[in-house]
Amino acid sequence: MQKQPKTYPQYAKARAGKSPVLRNCILAFISGGAICTFGQLLFDLYRMAGIGEENVKILVPVSLIFLAALTTGLGWFQKAAKYAGAGTLVPITGFANSVVSPAIDNKAEGMILGLGAQIFVIAGPVILYGALASAVYGVIYYCLTTF
Amino acid sequence: MQYVWAFLVGGAFCVIAQLLIDLTSFTPARILVGYVVGGVALTGLGVYKPLASFAGAGASVPLTGFGFSLALGVEKAVEEQGIIGALTGGLTATAGGITAALCFGVIASLLFKSRQKS
Amino acid sequence: MESSNIYLKKPPVILASAAVGGKSEAEGPHGDCFDMLDRTGKFGKSTWEQAEAEMQGTALSLALHKAKLGHGDLDMLLAGDLMNQCTSSSYGALSFGIPFVGIYGACSTSAEGLMLASMLISGGSANRVGVVASSHFCSAERQFRFPLDYGGQRPPTAQWTVTAAGAFVLSSEGQGPRVRAALPGRIVDGGITDANNMGAAMAPAAYDTLKRFFTITKTSPADYDKIVSGDLGYEGYGILKDLFAKDGIALGDVYEDCGLMIYNRKVQDVHAGGSGCGCSASMLSAVLLPKKYSRMLYMATGALMSPMSVKQGQSIPGIAHLVQIES
Repeated sequence: MQKQPKTYPQYAKARAGKSPVLRNCILAFISGGAICTFGQLLFDLYRMAGIGEENVKILVPVSLIFLAALTTGLGWFQKAAKYAGAGTLVPITGFANSVVSPAIDNKAEGMILGLGAQIFVIAGPVILYGALASAVYGVIYYCLTTF
Repeated sequence: MQYVWAFLVGGAFCVIAQLLIDLTSFTPARILVGYVVGGVALTGLGVYKPLASFAGAGASVPLTGFGFSLALGVEKAVEEQGIIGALTGGLTATAGGITAALCFGVIASLLFKSRQKS
Repeated sequence: MESSNIYLKKPPVILASAAVGGKSEAEGPHGDCFDMLDRTGKFGKSTWEQAEAEMQGTALSLALHKAKLGHGDLDMLLAGDLMNQCTSSSYGALSFGIPFVGIYGACSTSAEGLMLASMLISGGSANRVGVVASSHFCSAERQFRFPLDYGGQRPPTAQWTVTAAGAFVLSSEGQGPRVRAALPGRIVDGGITDANNMGAAMAPAAYDTLKRFFTITKTSPADYDKIVSGDLGYEGYGILKDLFAKDGIALGDVYEDCGLMIYNRKVQDVHAGGSGCGCSASMLSAVLLPKKYSRMLYMATGALMSPMSVKQGQSIPGIAHLVQIES
């Protein structure tokens, strides 16, 4: 195999087209902020409808997940995410999209090893490390509160 | 006022992630994992609870809020059940969101077809 | 390698060729030049992988039809694509019953196929050989990147996998452009690990092959009326020009890249341009061959990584195969 001079990757990186960081950040800020504000609106509406706070805390993310699933299925999510970037990724909508998109995509490979296994391709690590972090924190919390 | 804070705090979480995507080699999947674990850590450090109380959905809707729910759930379970709560608390508190996402995923896969981008 | 080995003893003729494409290709500046377009990208099939195989078969059928030949008239078929185990080629060729040789060269497959076919014919092992190469945006995206409806942003250096297939029928005799020379590429590793900057990963290989070709044949860019690279895209195109400029060689206006030709980057959201086996294959058939350049260097470039090697953090080696086509 032919090796290039070691400086080549730096050279390639230096000349590579740069992401429009400012524009991306502004779009991410506006879209992400808007999704969170919408979540707050849902929260207040559910509360006004007389639903208990504990249930509303579950209903709000579930509603956002539903909307993300619907827009993913309709193909709108991906179009919006192209501009919104982290603005749609970071809210719970990004998690929902990462579950729904492989589910739709891998149906052709069967319900078990296609849809069933691939649905976790991106969400799996999130759930895994979330569960791991919570268990570690639980042990620490137990030690702090007990001793 | 809570709406303004929800917008600003939620937006700020997204901007931090956008900067990580654009300026470092962090992939979106790593950022999602980092945000959830970060949310657990920030809750443990006592930072997230005050943030959530004034920013509302601005703190609970981003994936750090998912970590916040995991941590709160585990705290509650440890208080009620002792050390066993470390295993049950986190996913119990977040079961609603995870199960909803999985169910909607399966339903969406039955209703919609894989489509080409344009 | 000696120049006596590079120039083929009996230069074969490209009797006919065909290009089939999808939606983005139809909307590109050369959409009208394709022989067939399916804007759904499905080619009547239910999965993207089967669609790609169907696209290969369609391209080969069209090329054979143009050459006024039947399936039985080919001694051999060389075909390749980007899918695991080259299944698009195997299933695409299944119904033809032509002796089949599967080839893999990532996006360099079209030039690899033309080179091998020319050598087989020139060496007397075959009289008529078919060459097919394809890529499909949807099947490639699923295999190499994310689910299609996953909401992600692509960096500006990312390239858009072309949905297209190109098929060529080569013969020891007949009318048409001839493959005069062929130079296989060496694997060159520039140390690029960013799978979103394949142009930069492939450019050193393109430089290596083209430079060796000029040295061995004692020619320069001025001796050719067209030099095309496969799918270096905006990044790789600039880098290749840069690398030659450092040697004091200007590639000049004769140099073009298929990845930049196939789409209108200003209007279409393809970032650094097109990529994939189908990119160079379809542009050669639909645009370059009809222009009847008297001396054209056609060099398709490939990035030789797999999703596995990228995850393991290995750098992405490139390869570039070159054929000289004369009309």
